[in-house]
Amino acid sequence: MFVASAFAASAQDAAEATHSETGVASDGAHEAGFPPFDSSTFPSQILWLAITFGLFYLFLKRVVLPRIGGILEVRRDRIAQDLDQAARMKEEADAAVAAYEQELADARKKANVIGQEARDAAKAEADAERREIEKQLDAKLDEAEKRIASIKETAMKDVGTIAEDTAASIVQELVGGQLDKTAAKAAVKSVKQ
Amino acid sequence: MANDPIHQFQISKWIPIEVGGLDFSFTNSSAFMVATVVAAGAFLFLTTSSRGLVPGRLQSISEMSYEFVASMLRDSAGSHGMRFFPFVFSIFMFVLMANLLGLFPYFFTVTSHIIVTFALALLVIGTVVVYGFWKHGFGFLKLFVPQGVPGVVVPLVVLIEIVSFLSRPVSLSVRLFANMLAGHITLKVFAGFVTSMSALGAAGVAGAVLPLIMTVAITGLEFLVAFMQAYVFAVLTCMYLNDAVHPGH
Repeated sequence: MFVASAFAASAQDAAEATHSETGVASDGAHEAGFPPFDSSTFPSQILWLAITFGLFYLFLKRVVLPRIGGILEVRRDRIAQDLDQAARMKEEADAAVAAYEQELADARKKANVIGQEARDAAKAEADAERREIEKQLDAKLDEAEKRIASIKETAMKDVGTIAEDTAASIVQELVGGQLDKTAAKAAVKSVKQ
Repeated sequence: MANDPIHQFQISKWIPIEVGGLDFSFTNSSAFMVATVVAAGAFLFLTTSSRGLVPGRLQSISEMSYEFVASMLRDSAGSHGMRFFPFVFSIFMFVLMANLLGLFPYFFTVTSHIIVTFALALLVIGTVVVYGFWKHGFGFLKLFVPQGVPGVVVPLVVLIEIVSFLSRPVSLSVRLFANMLAGHITLKVFAGFVTSMSALGAAGVAGAVLPLIMTVAITGLEFLVAFMQAYVFAVLTCMYLNDAVHPGH
């Protein structure tokens, strides 16, 4: 209320003030009042609005907006380009990692193969060597057995004559007579059997 | 006189020009139109002159206003509406700069005169009508016949649509004009209380603190209103232009 009454009062003052003021300024050709509704100022305002706004529009359309649009476009392109480059680099890095891992796996496989081969070769060699040695040993064993057998045979052959001789000697010592050789031989043979 | 809240809207002739009985004088209003245009144009021109890939603060403001208006127009009128971008951007920047300049003490507010806002509103509606008929011929009149309305109520709806279309320039212009006018008057009235109460002595000075606080608060509010009204004007312009681009919505 306070504001409203104050406003009303001062509006009245204003009306009077403008009345006297514009009455002096423009020869009282129009009724004074609330300035925004003073139609005598309309042609001037419309004209100057058309001029200023028209120039403003042309200036913005021809100069400013293409420039800002250009700036934004360049930036968008640049960002897209950078993102592309980053993506490409990432791809390259991924490819490098994949290749490295592939190579590593290959190398591991190859190492296994080489190791296996080496182990197999060593085993085969060792086996061959062992067989060779076993063969040699077998040969030596056979030879030794053969010799033992022959020695045993000769020894067994000799045992008869020694026994006969020994028996003859013993009989001669005990009895004092000559022992028939054939009788001794027969005795030994019967003991041996 | 110092306390007269209407005085700030007074138009004074600086260079009298009269052609054919009509007054085309260069007035304080004309001067502030020129100031508005020069300030807005110079700001946009100078801040973008370095064309920085990484924008500075001022360049950011220009770019943000560009993208703000561009997205506003694209959202309401689609990509076909983008041909009106320079127009909408000019209107937005002009109204915004005029409103903001008007907030300086002793400055004239161009948009506080109904004829200016009405001329801008007519320019918008004129653009809508001319482009609508040029692009769609009589198909533009489909604007007044919404789809999916039962046949019986069509005449009534068409009548309402026509009235609402005709009232657009009025509402568009009066909204901006009234906001500017009322805001400046309120500001002046409260500021006037401060001076008249302080003249009453010590008690008056103490009492003047309240209107002073109000003046400061309303000044802040007026900055918001200055931006809001420019935004509203531009948004409604976009919506009306959408009718010209797509009349059969």
